[in-house]
Amino acid sequence: MSTLTGTGALTRLAVRRDRIMLAVWLYVFAAFIAATVVGFRGLYKTQASLASFAAGAGHNSAFLSLYGPLYGDSLGSVSAWRVSAVLSVVGSLFSIFVVIRHTRADEESGRLELTGSEPVGRHAALATGVLVAAIANLVIGAVLAVVALALGLPAGGSFLLGAGIACCGLAFTGVAAVTAQLSASARAARGLAIGALVVAFALRAVGDASSASGPRLLSWLSPVGWAVLDRAFGGGRWWVLALGILLAAALVIAGGVLAGRRDYDAGLLPQRPGPARASASLSSPLGLAWRLQSGTLYAWLAGALIYGLLIGSSARGIGGLLKSASTRKAVSDYGSGQGGLSEIYLAAILGFTGLVIAAYAVSAVLRLRSEESGGLAEPVLATGTGRLAWASAHVLIAAAGTAAMSLLAGLGTAVGYGALFGPLVWAGLALAPAALVLCGLAVALFGLVPSRSVAGSWTLFGLFALILFLGPLLRASHWLLDVSPFTHSPKLPGGTVSALPVVLLCLIALALTGAGLAGLRRRDIG
Amino acid sequence: MTAAIEIVGLRKAYGRTIALDGLDLTVASGEVHGFLGPNGAGKTTTIRILLGLLRADGGSARMLGGDPWSQATELHRRLAYVPGDVSLWPSFTGGQVIDLLGRLRGGLDEGRRASLIQRFELDPTKRASAYSKGNRQKVALIAALASDVELLLLDEPTAGLDPLMEAVFRSCIEEERKRGRTVLLSSHILSEVEALCDRVTIIRAGKTVESGSLADLRHLTRTSISAELDGPPQGLDQLPGVYDLDVEGDRVRCEVDSDKLTPFLKALAAAGVRSLTSQPPTLEELFLRQYTSSDNEHAGVSS
Repeated sequence: MSTLTGTGALTRLAVRRDRIMLAVWLYVFAAFIAATVVGFRGLYKTQASLASFAAGAGHNSAFLSLYGPLYGDSLGSVSAWRVSAVLSVVGSLFSIFVVIRHTRADEESGRLELTGSEPVGRHAALATGVLVAAIANLVIGAVLAVVALALGLPAGGSFLLGAGIACCGLAFTGVAAVTAQLSASARAARGLAIGALVVAFALRAVGDASSASGPRLLSWLSPVGWAVLDRAFGGGRWWVLALGILLAAALVIAGGVLAGRRDYDAGLLPQRPGPARASASLSSPLGLAWRLQSGTLYAWLAGALIYGLLIGSSARGIGGLLKSASTRKAVSDYGSGQGGLSEIYLAAILGFTGLVIAAYAVSAVLRLRSEESGGLAEPVLATGTGRLAWASAHVLIAAAGTAAMSLLAGLGTAVGYGALFGPLVWAGLALAPAALVLCGLAVALFGLVPSRSVAGSWTLFGLFALILFLGPLLRASHWLLDVSPFTHSPKLPGGTVSALPVVLLCLIALALTGAGLAGLRRRDIG
Repeated sequence: MTAAIEIVGLRKAYGRTIALDGLDLTVASGEVHGFLGPNGAGKTTTIRILLGLLRADGGSARMLGGDPWSQATELHRRLAYVPGDVSLWPSFTGGQVIDLLGRLRGGLDEGRRASLIQRFELDPTKRASAYSKGNRQKVALIAALASDVELLLLDEPTAGLDPLMEAVFRSCIEEERKRGRTVLLSSHILSEVEALCDRVTIIRAGKTVESGSLADLRHLTRTSISAELDGPPQGLDQLPGVYDLDVEGDRVRCEVDSDKLTPFLKALAAAGVRSLTSQPPTLEELFLRQYTSSDNEHAGVSS
């Protein structure tokens, strides 16, 4: 029996288990590239305006570190520049999740033991995870190419763009194949792989932003860098794709060798013993919720601060980019339309930051649901801890975390921009009410329709995100805009703040939270 | 004696699936009560209603003199619970979970915590993600047994324990009984229930089929008898309460209803008894018979 026996059956099972998730991710990729191409086409109607944008953006160091160098001034070049690094990171994250899900996570939960007793080879699980991720990446690449083609971009560049992003995903498929062998816990294996992704992005960011005499070569050490360096629509260097494929192959083989050398359910990294006693802080529902949520919260807070610094510094040179009246108008459609050019730009980009903060709020609240369905709420609720105390501890952390993230995003933007300190901190804080409405919606769904709360919360989030992205196109049908809480966020800096919408957003958030908690008191747990 | 748990006509449905269909259960204070039933009979649902995690659709449930739904938190301070399938936070160590659950319940007995960890041979510094099912169960058991409570609700607590640890568990429950604590022990391991429990309630498909002391229940069952006689017996097949009669010359094997033993033995004695073996009914037979006879009943009703 080969060590790969059973891979086919396991792969079919895996694809079946993942089919909805795969479809959702594919949609995200397709929507992202379509929105980018259509957006640029709408913003820069003439080749001259596109060229002036490219000339400005190609020399802004913040843009360089965020998106990489810009090769050419065609619609294709600019679109590829905007999506390559971002979608490579998203595709890599996706690959990491898929691989770990079918290898270490299944091993940890014991599901693999069940299939492992069937005639299934030692390497079948790893091969399944890698195969599913590889197929998914190829499909993603193909979908990106087809969407770009359909929007009228040249064929060669379209396929190179899709292939470059797919190759970065493949490289991180390999990374996850290795980290899945290193640690006995899926969470740690995922963390290690994401850590590698962060390093890869940072290498590319530093390399791309540095001057000709600086460490430009760093970008060549990063799979995320390769996705930009393949110059889709800007000459096209197809051989760069080989780097990602070779790295992926080497890493998958390494993962296979490591898998052959370790025991089932064990990692190669040693499991360190932990404390035999709980610290004094771990003695209340709030202490428990904080212990469970603080790690994730710190990561989001750090992300908000860094993101703020980046967008703040990218706004410094924005005046030159927004020279043309049509550009200015297009940007102001997203923002306040008031104040100076930089303020308009900052208001627009902070509006999108509000979406990220809301994503944190929703995921923090939904921890309640994963605790419940994972059987971890039951032992706590069987003690003197009531349902309200248990749930409100998590909701409190989600709400406070939302406020802290808003503050840090504003603070980071202010420091990065180096001016408008007070207004920008306020602008950050003003993002909180809309995000809190999403927080309240998640609580309400958790309390009233628990089995639908995860899908429901993210669907609403996606809907509101779509409304925000498509906002300027929807001017005619205003009622749809009004549905989204983000529409009612104050447009800061530069805009005027009226108290009523802010107060209403806060009241709606409170009412939703109250309804959710009331529902939780009445319903069955489990 | 007052009742620690008093359940009358309890009903619960999940959508169209009926989990409890008029269940009765009475547990007296200070007794160890066995709660028996096959998988899916409704044991866990009953316990989760007692914990106020689920809301009953009908019937009444009282626990420690209070209402399990509306007074859940007050009652929970006076009880400890071990779920059948113990989930723990993967990043916490066993020691941390024991402390956490103990503190949330209102405090642990430090001495007992230490001695229980030793007796169950648990490594409290291991992360929960590295524990086996049995070790996770030990964590929940230690947390429950080390707290100072009146009532223990144990839902198949030994499902993952090895025989050695099962013996430790039994001696712990013996000690709890001596301390005067009430224990509701849901199980389908009959030897465990026979060894530990004062009284037993057997449920099936959400209904109570039998309840009483082991002695009471045995009364309802048959003793298997095999005897060697001086000569062939007369008229044994005419006697009431005799089953599976097998007579070969002067050897007799059969099963006799426990309350019909006297006339049967008289008939044997009349033939002259050379040797006699009798086996008391085990709970296992009782258990199996309850189910098969209930099946017959069902068949009778439907036909």
